[in-house]
Amino acid sequence: MADAAVATSGAAIGPPVIEGTGAAGFHRAIFAGLVVLLLVAPFLLYPVFLMKVLCFALFAAAFNLLLGYGGLLSFGHAAYFGMASYISAYSAKVLGFPPELAILAGTAMGAALGLLFGALAIRRQGIYFAMITLALSQMVYFFSLQAKFTGGEDGIQAVPRGTLFGILNLAIDINLYYVVAAIFLIGLYAMYRIIHSPFGQVMKAIRDNEPRAISLGYRVNQYKLALFVMSTTLAGLAGATKAIVFQLASLTDVHWSMSGEPVLMTLVGGLGTVFGPLIGAAVIVSMQNYLATLGAWVLVVQGIIFVTCVLVFREGLLGFVAKTIRRPL
Amino acid sequence: MFTIFGVPSAALFGQLLLGLINGSFYAILSLGLAVIFGLLNIINFAHGAQYMMGAFVAWMLLNYAGIGYWPALLLAPLLVGAFGVVLERVMISRLYKFDHLYGLLLTFGLALIIQGLFRNQYGVSGLPYGIPAELRGGQALGFMFLPNYRAWVVVASLVVCLVTWFVIEKTKLGAYLRAATENPTLVQAFGVNVPLMITLTYGFGVALAGFAGVLAAPIYSVNPNMGADLIIVVFAVVVIGGMGSILGSILTGFALGLVEGLTKVFYPEASATVIFVIMVLVLLVKPAGLFGRAT
Amino acid sequence: MRRSTLLATLAAGLLAGTAAQAQTAVKLGILNDMSSLYADISGPGSVVAARMAAEDFKASEKGLKVDIVSADHQNKPDVGSNIARQWYDQDGVDAIFDVTTSSVALAVSEITREKNKIFMISGGGTSDLTGSKCTANNVHWTYDTWALANGTGSALTKQGKKTWFFLTADYAFGAALERDTGEAVKKAGGTVLGSVKHPLAGADFSSFLLQAQGSKAEVIGLANAGSDTTNAIKQAAEFGITQGGQSLAGLLIFSSDVKALGLQAAQGLVLTEAFYWDQNDKTRDFSKRFAAKFDGKMPTSSQAGVYGSVLAYLETVAALKSKDTAAVMKKIKETTFDDPLMGQVTVRADGRAIHPMYLFEVKKPAESKGPWDMYKTLATIPAAEAFRPLAAGGCPLVGKS
Repeated sequence: MADAAVATSGAAIGPPVIEGTGAAGFHRAIFAGLVVLLLVAPFLLYPVFLMKVLCFALFAAAFNLLLGYGGLLSFGHAAYFGMASYISAYSAKVLGFPPELAILAGTAMGAALGLLFGALAIRRQGIYFAMITLALSQMVYFFSLQAKFTGGEDGIQAVPRGTLFGILNLAIDINLYYVVAAIFLIGLYAMYRIIHSPFGQVMKAIRDNEPRAISLGYRVNQYKLALFVMSTTLAGLAGATKAIVFQLASLTDVHWSMSGEPVLMTLVGGLGTVFGPLIGAAVIVSMQNYLATLGAWVLVVQGIIFVTCVLVFREGLLGFVAKTIRRPL
Repeated sequence: MFTIFGVPSAALFGQLLLGLINGSFYAILSLGLAVIFGLLNIINFAHGAQYMMGAFVAWMLLNYAGIGYWPALLLAPLLVGAFGVVLERVMISRLYKFDHLYGLLLTFGLALIIQGLFRNQYGVSGLPYGIPAELRGGQALGFMFLPNYRAWVVVASLVVCLVTWFVIEKTKLGAYLRAATENPTLVQAFGVNVPLMITLTYGFGVALAGFAGVLAAPIYSVNPNMGADLIIVVFAVVVIGGMGSILGSILTGFALGLVEGLTKVFYPEASATVIFVIMVLVLLVKPAGLFGRAT
Repeated sequence: MRRSTLLATLAAGLLAGTAAQAQTAVKLGILNDMSSLYADISGPGSVVAARMAAEDFKASEKGLKVDIVSADHQNKPDVGSNIARQWYDQDGVDAIFDVTTSSVALAVSEITREKNKIFMISGGGTSDLTGSKCTANNVHWTYDTWALANGTGSALTKQGKKTWFFLTADYAFGAALERDTGEAVKKAGGTVLGSVKHPLAGADFSSFLLQAQGSKAEVIGLANAGSDTTNAIKQAAEFGITQGGQSLAGLLIFSSDVKALGLQAAQGLVLTEAFYWDQNDKTRDFSKRFAAKFDGKMPTSSQAGVYGSVLAYLETVAALKSKDTAAVMKKIKETTFDDPLMGQVTVRADGRAIHPMYLFEVKKPAESKGPWDMYKTLATIPAAEAFRPLAAGGCPLVGKS
């Protein structure tokens, strides 16, 4: 009933369409700048803090891939992030996997769970989709609480960082930092390619006008599911990496409040922009660090940011910049 | 007495009755969500926070103004509803021209703010709120000891749910409301003040949450987090029932309370997840929900 | 910015070292839940207690310059370990205190071991900290789950309440509480009739209470924590469980929880704690000074433990004139501290601080003379019996020394 009205109203979620010329070259320059920035950053800032930003940036970017380019609001991304984190921690600590395999195992978990939940959730649209993903992730939370291998309240602690490919000692922060930076760049670049592929174009068409995409003969649900799984896989990658960085996987990672984090980061940074989630993650993680002593005020401040973004700043920081310089970011 | 699958029937009846009490809360809350959704097309994520506010307002009335449970049962929902009206006017109404998902995000942010403020002010240990003197004690039913207050919760919520259903389905006001749900522009053209109606509807839905909060205050501790987890379960209830019908959301609420009660007898470990599992099953068999229209 | 403060502290330290004979700068971190479930048990009150310890110790007269920082770990192990890492790596923190919530305490313990600093636990509960997961860097000051389970389980059973039924939160921690208490009950000659698992953070306990009521056990042990415990107690009052002759025993509950419940709902509850404000002149004096600085709230046992552990740490550093971790830990384990709040305290090889524990019963509203008059003492559990025997914990440090 009501959903149909919106689909045709043209005010769907997502960024304003900006026509730019030479976007590819421009983006290449940004990526190059980003590489330089990531190379020098650990000499200016605390590497552990930077790794946290990068893990959350990847998580937020994965969420943004789904909402910004597919118009699908998942309120349960903590499930994939958290389960991947558990699997990665478990395989590194208990099964003795090297870090690269542990992260891969976690990522695979994100993909598998995404396929299962995605198949269920895409049966409903819009608001229902958000509620279903939230409810499913709450189920994962209860499962993690009760299951043996997750360690319940304590989580899986003291996960060894190990040595990458048997040569690089990751216990040294700076080594691990460059590995995390590389994972982040690969993940972000993969998303960039997805967005600018023919598949990405179809997804944008579905986001903007689903009935039309159906009438053009696209199997909309298959496209949605594929995008959903890509997003959960990358969220899994972020969670699995996080477990190695912090040597810990815990209930926090699967709790529903964790699902709110990438939403907030994406909103702040700019929905439907490639680089926005990175900016958003940097802003939010810094804020959380800075305000840590203020207790529950963090919650209030996050809420205020949420409300402000939704009411008056829907394009987010990078969306605003993109509009100003008239180039997509 | 006889036994069912090894469980004495006495215990079973007791648990079913208790399930009904939980179901009362699910029913009022999902009813509020359905009423709001029907007209505003947004999912009110702040519903849990508003439920919590209902309990807190009752507590504040008692401790700051000396106003007891019975007046609070009327006053607290009115105050929380008025707060809802302000929210709708100042914030939510700005988002109607955008995707509904923004409404969800806005109310999520509001829920964070409300919970954070209450946490700062009152901590999280929870505050005591006594059962009103008239409803202390209980009845020995033979198979269980039923506290009077619990019985009152079921009766009160049933009455509120049925009155709401009657107003919406059987009165002229309700007819306008239903018409505005279908086609707001047309109803506006007939001279009905639709924006006002939307505002009041939101206020009413929020007041229902506040009412549930007051009902809950003497049973559960009055705690800033009391609504946060409950609301996710209520979302699942709403997905199962579908939000197309008022009666549907009431029935689903009560029924799922019963199912949950049964789970606590036969397999208590699953009692936290059973509603989510049912949600998955319903999605597989009847994606639109038990009472929903296909969207 | 952080780097520059670090440099500044370093420079200041160097200057102080060369310029004059004294003023060892020590930086203490109070890490706990400032805003959520356990904020009333530790929270900002622990920071107040730590500052009071520094003042009462008259640190500057004894050549110490004490700096106290605090942070909120939000009950999340990842947040907690992150802050601990940053404190040790960047901010020059020498020792971390308090840390409520077992999962976070375990995470901080891990970081502390890695960075070879000192961790004095007060709010955190799990007895694993001095058991299978013990480190040479931990001192567990106030209580642990074994002590609570043992105190309540054996003391109540010895008083003639022989049959028990457990209401257990369905996760590892709840199971451990149930197991430890059950063992204590059996050792004291009681029997466990059964248990029911309830989901964590459930709001409704009525059906589980109904099952507990049906068991006809003399004691219903609440193997859960935080709001689960308070909700269960509140609802038990509603179903007339204590009036029916059954006792409720809280296995992890603090005076702040009892205060929140109110005596009407909590009356008759039996619990074990390391400290209660109204025990003797010293505790009353401290508590009144504490309340004057903290909105009139009396200290909890966990806050009292922060006071005592900070005092013990400062005493040791001042005596050694050194912050060297190995030296400080060695000295701590050799000293008998005269803690004004918990009496004589010694620290074992596994890091467990040893002092008496107390079994309390919550007063009836009629017996209470004031808003904070909540407990009457049922039994004192002597220091020698209060904690898990050294050999039974499985701490790898035991036996080496």
